[in-house]
Amino acid sequence: MKDQIKGSDLKRTPHLPHDEGGPVFNAPWEAKAFAMTVDLHKRGLFAWSEWCETLSEEIKSAQAAGDPDLGDTYYKHWLSALERMMTTKKVTDVQSLRAAKEDWRAADQHRGFGEAPVLVKGAARSEA
Amino acid sequence: MPHDHPHPHNRPLSDVELRVKALESILTEKELIDPEAIDLIVETYETKIGPRNGARVVARAWSDPAYKERLLSDATAAISELGFSGVQGEDMVVVENTDEVHNIVVCTLCSCYPWPTLGLPPVWYKAAPYRAKVVKDPRGVLEEFGVTLPEDTEIRVWDSNAELRYLVLPKRPDGTDGMTEEQLAELVTRDAMIGTDVLTAQ
Repeated sequence: MKDQIKGSDLKRTPHLPHDEGGPVFNAPWEAKAFAMTVDLHKRGLFAWSEWCETLSEEIKSAQAAGDPDLGDTYYKHWLSALERMMTTKKVTDVQSLRAAKEDWRAADQHRGFGEAPVLVKGAARSEA
Repeated sequence: MPHDHPHPHNRPLSDVELRVKALESILTEKELIDPEAIDLIVETYETKIGPRNGARVVARAWSDPAYKERLLSDATAAISELGFSGVQGEDMVVVENTDEVHNIVVCTLCSCYPWPTLGLPPVWYKAAPYRAKVVKDPRGVLEEFGVTLPEDTEIRVWDSNAELRYLVLPKRPDGTDGMTEEQLAELVTRDAMIGTDVLTAQ
């Protein structure tokens, strides 16, 4: 029976995205977003049921905004849900998230070839 | 990297990568996450936890009738007997496939999934088409997976949620009578434990 699930069959069913038991994460950032959520939950910042609600709200609003929701954007929704959870719980706010993101962008632009970016807080602001 | 490029450049970090780094640095600074724990979680899910855990549960149930009974009456306890439990898989329900009934699992809301036994969900499980279609037309979905069931087999669809996770106990394939538990575990696929595959002895 398993032999019947071949790549050619799967291509004929474009509306049902499939995998062949491949990597569980498509990119390192997905794994990191996932792991941060698990760690925060383990430390008691939120119940898992609360997380599921936040995530499913995020997925619903992405669908409403036109995301075909084929599973490939799943961790983007995950990340947005985690950001929202952290701002709702007043762990951080949108401004701080944006500032940290711009600092990382500056660090990324200034790193040497093959080197990891080094965060300098407020770097983005002083450049602007 | 093209060889005729005069200076090597880093690939700029994408928007989502920057957002993850931003969140990570803020949470680390507030000591709400531990970078070492994060690395360990990633490693665990990438390499250690996967459908093999679930396959061992299934193989044990096929080999040991008393274990199967415990599994069907209190799956959470029976699964933790084998050492599998964790953040999202606390409340497990195992549903058994028989000649009369075929079970299939979905989470229509998001993608609740029994991680400790099956690892992380496949892409199609997280996708809207599967989540929507399996409820309306489970037989059609099964056919897309190459599974055709007899007309008179009842198909039951189980919708997972934040409190309850389902695992399908597939039918033991014919011709596997002499097999050891280990050999049996090799036959069990992830999809069979979601209910989108039917097993045969290879």
